[in-house]
Amino acid sequence: MTKDSKTDHWLVRPATIRWLWRIFIVVLALTVLAQFVLPVKGYFGVDGWFGFGAVYGFLACLGMVLVAKALGVVLKRDENYYQDQTSDD
Amino acid sequence: MTDFLPPALILLVGALLTLFTRGHLRTAVILAAPLATLWAIWQVPDGVVATYTFIDYQIEPVEGSALRRLFATIFAIMAFGGGLFAFRQARTAELASAQAYAAGAVGVCFSGDLITMFVWWELMALFSTLVVWCGGTSSSKAAGIRYAIMHLLGGIILKVGIDGIAVQTGSVDIRPMLATDFATWMILIGVLINTAAPPVSAWLADAYPEASPTGSVFLSAFTTKTAVLALILLFPGEPVLIGVGLYMVLYGILYALLENDARRILAYSIVNQVGFMVCAIGIGTQLALNGAAAHAFAHIIYKALLFMSAGVVVYRVGKSKCTDLGGLFRTMPLTTICGIIGALAISGFPLTSGFTTKTMISQAAANENLVFVYMLLAAASAGVFLHAGIKFPWFVFFQKDSGLRPKDAPWNMAAAMVLFSALCILIGVFPDAFYKFLPYSLEYKAYSASKVIFYLQLLLFSGLAFFLLLPLMRRTLTISLDTDWLWRVALHRVVTFASAQLLAAGTKLGQLTDQSFAALRLRAESRFGERLESARAGVFARAWTIGTTALWIAVLLTAYVLFYLV
Repeated sequence: MTKDSKTDHWLVRPATIRWLWRIFIVVLALTVLAQFVLPVKGYFGVDGWFGFGAVYGFLACLGMVLVAKALGVVLKRDENYYQDQTSDD
Repeated sequence: MTDFLPPALILLVGALLTLFTRGHLRTAVILAAPLATLWAIWQVPDGVVATYTFIDYQIEPVEGSALRRLFATIFAIMAFGGGLFAFRQARTAELASAQAYAAGAVGVCFSGDLITMFVWWELMALFSTLVVWCGGTSSSKAAGIRYAIMHLLGGIILKVGIDGIAVQTGSVDIRPMLATDFATWMILIGVLINTAAPPVSAWLADAYPEASPTGSVFLSAFTTKTAVLALILLFPGEPVLIGVGLYMVLYGILYALLENDARRILAYSIVNQVGFMVCAIGIGTQLALNGAAAHAFAHIIYKALLFMSAGVVVYRVGKSKCTDLGGLFRTMPLTTICGIIGALAISGFPLTSGFTTKTMISQAAANENLVFVYMLLAAASAGVFLHAGIKFPWFVFFQKDSGLRPKDAPWNMAAAMVLFSALCILIGVFPDAFYKFLPYSLEYKAYSASKVIFYLQLLLFSGLAFFLLLPLMRRTLTISLDTDWLWRVALHRVVTFASAQLLAAGTKLGQLTDQSFAALRLRAESRFGERLESARAGVFARAWTIGTTALWIAVLLTAYVLFYLV
């Protein structure tokens, strides 16, 4: 334990963050397990499958982050791109 | 014809008074004018309440309906909340412009005909440009000019369409239509430009973040949502809108994921959210239109709330890049909490306004058996949580310790944020009280165990994805190119190239004329001489002796006589 981690705000101490992860994982598990008690009535069948929302949400985000990353290779420019491009030299 | 003045006039007078009053009186005007407008809005009965004739066309400045009152109500609430947020920090010019801008939005709400709508529409373009300019920086000036050009072009396209309709049908009445011919397409395109639809979505993220910390709060609310109202009134069930809406939804997410500037992230997420509404209007059933209207109402509140929390940060720190921010929750707890409430609402977490309105759109898609649309909207809901729900608060308020220890929001900004946070939660917790104001009275149950579990899974696992993928989302000091590259860079290059070519051609032409003049001069000199008396005098300029002259005259006369007689 460094001195820093004791004086810093309690919310950002490593111990707190470890606890937050644990709580988060328990909550995640509960939202999926809740389907045993309260079945999800999907509109099209597939969205009523066990854990569908969880898997779909995760994969959708993964997909979007990767697509954004790929787009970034093509589209990202330095912050001053427009100033540099349009300044008459 | 009855004497019923448009409620928007109250705000317009308020804007004028704001400009000419100072101190507490000005504060009173800024806060009272929207409330008085709100009162007037609820006096407007259903149907057309005032008609005039203007060059053969029937002008209906005030027409009421549940839908129109709903949008006008949220615009008035927004003018009030924005005024409360801004009145101590913003410049008078910005406050007055913002009120006139809001007046334009309320005016559009009650326009019974296309001409009246167009007048208010242009008023909005004008005053929103002023709000952008009140950012006061050189980049806000440039962005404001680009913004103005885009909206004036949109206005011209809209006007071409309106004139076409007027000529074809002889009526400028606002009624549902489909994009089937040139005139209706022009109207659709003119309106869609204001929703930040493709291919010109870039204007929104270009202009709004350049405004002042308070200005972008106003800007986030009016232009795109009046366009949504116009689409509901003019193009319900237009199939093109489904595709346009889905594109906007995904565009907003992807660009927001790439973005480093906090306010620009929020600007992209406006495009994303308006995409949900545009898509719903394309579906066009009563439930879908209710969803679009409800979502617009909820969206204005939480989006303004998000821009307020970002605005407080920019106001206190003067920075808005994620790379410069972080760890602000330590000294700005209220702003952080309000920002998180806005972020949860935009993500559509249960018990927030986003859940009770956005699920209506998804339900409408499911009812029409649009599997693809429903699934994309669900994926997009996860994506909203990713880019706005977590990314915005995480990078601004948590992330790393930037070392910044700014003070929390000033009291008026705090009050506005608390008010809007409360509205986000109220609509989320008591949806039925809110649904009463929607255009169609339908049975819709916001909460069911099945739906809540599905969305909790969807959203919380998106959260998991965010934190697991954090290394992939490291912020970089970059911007992302968009279609506006075509006019900001390509067009600039073409113009620069063309003017360089013209300049070169001009120089060449100048040289050529100089050369030919010089040659001409030489020849003239050889004929006429430089100066009469000079020794180098030319053939025709030499001085002749009198004898020679007399001889020549004699020769000429003889020739003349000869020709005459022969």
